[in-house]
Amino acid sequence: MPILEVNDIRKSFGSARILSGISFSMEEGESLSIIGSSGSGKTTLLRCLTFLETPDSGSVLVRGDKVFDADEPAPDASELRRRRAHFGMVFQSFNLFPQYTALGNVTLAPLLASGGKNEDEIVSAGRKLLDQMGLSDRMGNYPHQLSGGQQQRVAIARALALHPDILCFDEPTSALDPELTGEVLRVIRELADNHTTMIIVTHEMSFARDVADQCIFMDSGVIVEKGPSREVIDNPRAERTRQFLSNYNS
Amino acid sequence: MFWTVTLSLLEGFLGTIKLFALTLLFALPLGLVISFGSMSKLKVFRLPIRFLIWVIRGTPLLLQLLVIYYGPGIILGNNLWGGSSGGRFAAALVAFVINYACYFSEIYRGGIQSIPAGQYEAGQVLGMTKGQIFRKVVLLQVIKRIVPPMSNEIITLVKDTSLARVIAVYEIIWNGQAFIKSSGIIWPLFYTGAFYLIFSGLLSLLFGYMEKKLDYFR
Repeated sequence: MPILEVNDIRKSFGSARILSGISFSMEEGESLSIIGSSGSGKTTLLRCLTFLETPDSGSVLVRGDKVFDADEPAPDASELRRRRAHFGMVFQSFNLFPQYTALGNVTLAPLLASGGKNEDEIVSAGRKLLDQMGLSDRMGNYPHQLSGGQQQRVAIARALALHPDILCFDEPTSALDPELTGEVLRVIRELADNHTTMIIVTHEMSFARDVADQCIFMDSGVIVEKGPSREVIDNPRAERTRQFLSNYNS
Repeated sequence: MFWTVTLSLLEGFLGTIKLFALTLLFALPLGLVISFGSMSKLKVFRLPIRFLIWVIRGTPLLLQLLVIYYGPGIILGNNLWGGSSGGRFAAALVAFVINYACYFSEIYRGGIQSIPAGQYEAGQVLGMTKGQIFRKVVLLQVIKRIVPPMSNEIITLVKDTSLARVIAVYEIIWNGQAFIKSSGIIWPLFYTGAFYLIFSGLLSLLFGYMEKKLDYFR
């Protein structure tokens, strides 16, 4: 059974149609990259999956359980939080909480969820995650004391701390210079090697090809092409994909 | 004479401080309620509150004091404040609270709206409730941003309390001026300035301390 099944998601903002029927599925442990030009709907798709936007129509299933269906009444706040827990999200602009340390950012949500119980466990799990991100010496630093790459790695640890089924990345390196991009991509590559289920919206073509198992190319709110990353990126079938990829010398 | 004047002014300053402190006590929370109203998605809340803010910020506080004190007597034909000094103080307090709550509400609104949407979204995707996001994520960032404009407004309040004398509320300038008539001396009136300076100086130190305390994050 696929871990994620997306059926005919549509979304418009006013008269602007952003997603015109998106359907795909992915398997557990798979990493999926979504590429395409700006305005093709990649980010909106991710925001729909993480419940930051509500699709106009369509449905989303996680392990066969319906987590979203536009035809059903909207769930109440606590049910929404429960369904949302399937997904983690890493933002382009990190969105760390400035008044908390790196460790505080990672442990805040788990501590709130547990109501203050198991504090020791949560904190040591947080330390372990930051360790894994190569930030053992940065746990007590506040976000403004960290480089962009370090901030983004804290954000990844923060998302992982809640053990999401599917971790979503929205252009995780677009706000970083090339040097810092590398350290973030290394971390994501490690996650992929450990078979973390991930959806990565990215403009890093070589990364998408080398790291992601599957690749989706989107254009004007539809999926033009989906397949194994190397095939899609090295030998695109659709003319539109070829056109898009010709802008990259990868 | 100096000590007689000082004692009298201190007594008047007590009235000033009382008005100042009680205004803050009520206007700080009321301002937050008004700011939520002014940001409400529902027009029935938003429009009347925006109208109130426009009226209060658009007219002099002096005039508001007069309207609130004399208005009920003229319109309803019955002075609900009574003639006592306590009644006049209550009327002044109501006028100050409404006026300052409106100003505070705009500062709160600015602070709340300046928090990037990404902070709320990050809280949401981390499964936090609306209340948790406000209390644990947004609130301290808002406080940090509003300390400078709030300290401005609060120091203005110290001095604005002198307007209450227009409806004969005893405060320091009232007492200072009384010496002109009783003793024919004007320096006590100027001397009142020292009290304001010292008090607003202390407040500046306090706000400076708060800003420094919140300097650990950006």
